[in-house]
Amino acid sequence: MKKKVMSLMLVLAMAVSMLAGCGGASASGSDTFKIGGIGPTTGGAAVYGIAVRNAAELAIKEVNAAGGINGYQVEYKFEDDELDNEKSLNAYNTLKDWGMNLMIGCVTSGCCTAVAAESSKDNMFQLTPSGSSTDCTANNDNVFQVCFSDPNQGIGAADYIGTNGLATKVAIIYDSSDVYSSGIYEKFVAEAANQPFEIVSAEAFTADSKTDFSVQLQKASDAGADLVFLPIYYTEASLILTQANTMGYAPKFFGCDGLDGILGVENFDASLAEGVMLLTPFAADAEDAATQKFVADYKAAYGDIPNQFAADAYDAIYIIKAAAEKANATPADSVADLGTKMQNAMREITVDGLTGAAMSWDAEGAVNKAPKAMQIINGNYSLIQ
Amino acid sequence: MKNRNIPKKLQDNLITIGIVVVCYILVMILSATGLLSNLLQGLLVPLCAYIILAVSLNLTVGILGELSLGHAGFMCVGAFTSAFFSKCMENTITFAPVRFFLALLIGGLCAALIGFLIGMPVLRLKGDYLAIVTLAFGEIIKNIMNVLFIGRDSHGFHFSMKDSLSLGLEEGGDVIINGAQGITGTPKDSNFTIGVILIVLTLLIVLNLINSRDGRAIMSIRDNLIASESIGIHITKYKLMAFTISAALAGIAGVLYSHNLNSLMATPKNFGYNMSIMILVFVVLGGIGNIRGSVIAAVILTLLPELLRGLNDYRMLIYSIVLIVMMLYNWAPNMIALRKKAANRFGRKKEVA
Repeated sequence: MKKKVMSLMLVLAMAVSMLAGCGGASASGSDTFKIGGIGPTTGGAAVYGIAVRNAAELAIKEVNAAGGINGYQVEYKFEDDELDNEKSLNAYNTLKDWGMNLMIGCVTSGCCTAVAAESSKDNMFQLTPSGSSTDCTANNDNVFQVCFSDPNQGIGAADYIGTNGLATKVAIIYDSSDVYSSGIYEKFVAEAANQPFEIVSAEAFTADSKTDFSVQLQKASDAGADLVFLPIYYTEASLILTQANTMGYAPKFFGCDGLDGILGVENFDASLAEGVMLLTPFAADAEDAATQKFVADYKAAYGDIPNQFAADAYDAIYIIKAAAEKANATPADSVADLGTKMQNAMREITVDGLTGAAMSWDAEGAVNKAPKAMQIINGNYSLIQ
Repeated sequence: MKNRNIPKKLQDNLITIGIVVVCYILVMILSATGLLSNLLQGLLVPLCAYIILAVSLNLTVGILGELSLGHAGFMCVGAFTSAFFSKCMENTITFAPVRFFLALLIGGLCAALIGFLIGMPVLRLKGDYLAIVTLAFGEIIKNIMNVLFIGRDSHGFHFSMKDSLSLGLEEGGDVIINGAQGITGTPKDSNFTIGVILIVLTLLIVLNLINSRDGRAIMSIRDNLIASESIGIHITKYKLMAFTISAALAGIAGVLYSHNLNSLMATPKNFGYNMSIMILVFVVLGGIGNIRGSVIAAVILTLLPELLRGLNDYRMLIYSIVLIVMMLYNWAPNMIALRKKAANRFGRKKEVA
């Protein structure tokens, strides 16, 4: 028995020391910036995580080829969080072990909030491309957003519909199990009270029931809505458009940035999306040179047309570059010092990117940029003023 | 030599608890000397939660002999009730250990209550039917948490199942449970030391239960329902007892889990079917009815995907292959025979788990 206990202890001791050995802190490498990224690259939300991972990689390659940031090359590593708050913390800690000193991520709001609570303790500079909830930045001085926050999108959409007199009766279909969707929905409804239109129906669906929308559409139709607001992602929106067409219900459809990508859905008759309006900071077929170059490069490297997440991530890298140059940051700074320097610089800089011209950041860390309203005309996104 | 059985069991239990304590001391030494990586430091509390979950499910699956696929549901109840409590009391009870102790009590009791209520109708079923009903229950809990809105202002609490606007909060009121967005800003009250204390308590409760009169009654139900009924054992009582204790311990694990995360959401990943299966895998791999095995399996299977991060997208593939190999090694009849042979050759009387 004694022997057995002893051997067990030995095995345990070995196992533990092995594990400890894995985490040799890499304090060296003070001649490069180490940018870590976190997002879902496996599972249901992998589309978004992979887009961010690829676009950031593309931007970093460009930055490195052009001489790096302040003359220092950039190293890059992306970790999977499986869309799980707990796993995203593990990813964050793994990146810390790797020696990360700047971070882009997380891709989704929930993970971003969970990681921000930890990163604010380390004062690690964190720039999220697409974590749009206000919880990501609230009380965390070190966290900044590239995308619009959910309230801004909801208010912006309500404002746009009201000012342009697009409708008098509005119906909403949203995903109550999704943070992004319910966040926009709430602010839209709150702002709608100040606008000259009326919300006649607000119907929710959840992640478990996102294939049949006939009930929601029927209610919108019965209530006489002449505009349906869709603060959801494009996969569900394409089904809604198809089903509305089958029912013979043809209101105006209005969406947010989640609708970007609807024209690329497989087996979806893109002509149904004709006339759909969306507020989005990025459209892959925009005419300007920067967007066209980005889309061509991305397509050449990864074989896909980049979506809005990719554009946000691409911008994020250039924002980091701009802030680091403004702050005169070097990799030799400690993580916390770098964080403070970058935070101060972020509140001073303005950056022109794919997702907006003259982006600037307020004290909370939310971005100021003009939303662009797009309409799908002849199978293309085109800017409406 | 006459009383050999009892001391041996005691010795066995002491080894299990001893392993936990020794691991704790080792980790503490390593973290004091700065040898522990950030990743592992971050994993310590979740590890404790998973160990407690595995041990508690082993009580239902291994000792009571009923397959439950809704264990994550109880964890979810414990996590949300306790996080709700801590969020409400954050400014009232400022001394974290007391607040966390109360949170543990509340989480455990709520999970036990739900376990009791669910157990009454459900434990009349057996085998597959029980598994299906518990599975459904777990999903129901998760989905309720996704549509539940609770806010607080000077008038007290407001509830809604629709959205946070229909709470009708006055200016300055805050939404505590915000539907799918869950609870944000739970104070981080749990730590590794508390986790280990809870593991030891869980082990003491479960191991003592197994070796008690009640535990023997529970195991007799597992082994032969009709025979145990015929000797006057109150079947419903003992089934409910095991199920409720198991639920309460899962609730405690949930408390530990939720107080380690700033933002708690009920996603299919952490409180859904996937998690229930994950816990069941810990139990099956560690050996059904083998408490020490559950502890070790929970540790290995939680660490493995994280330590395989270097393999990037292949890690999930490797992880599943390792899982299959480990299951075969532990449970395939040929493998068991082979291991016996090998053990004999080395001249040791090794019992098979």
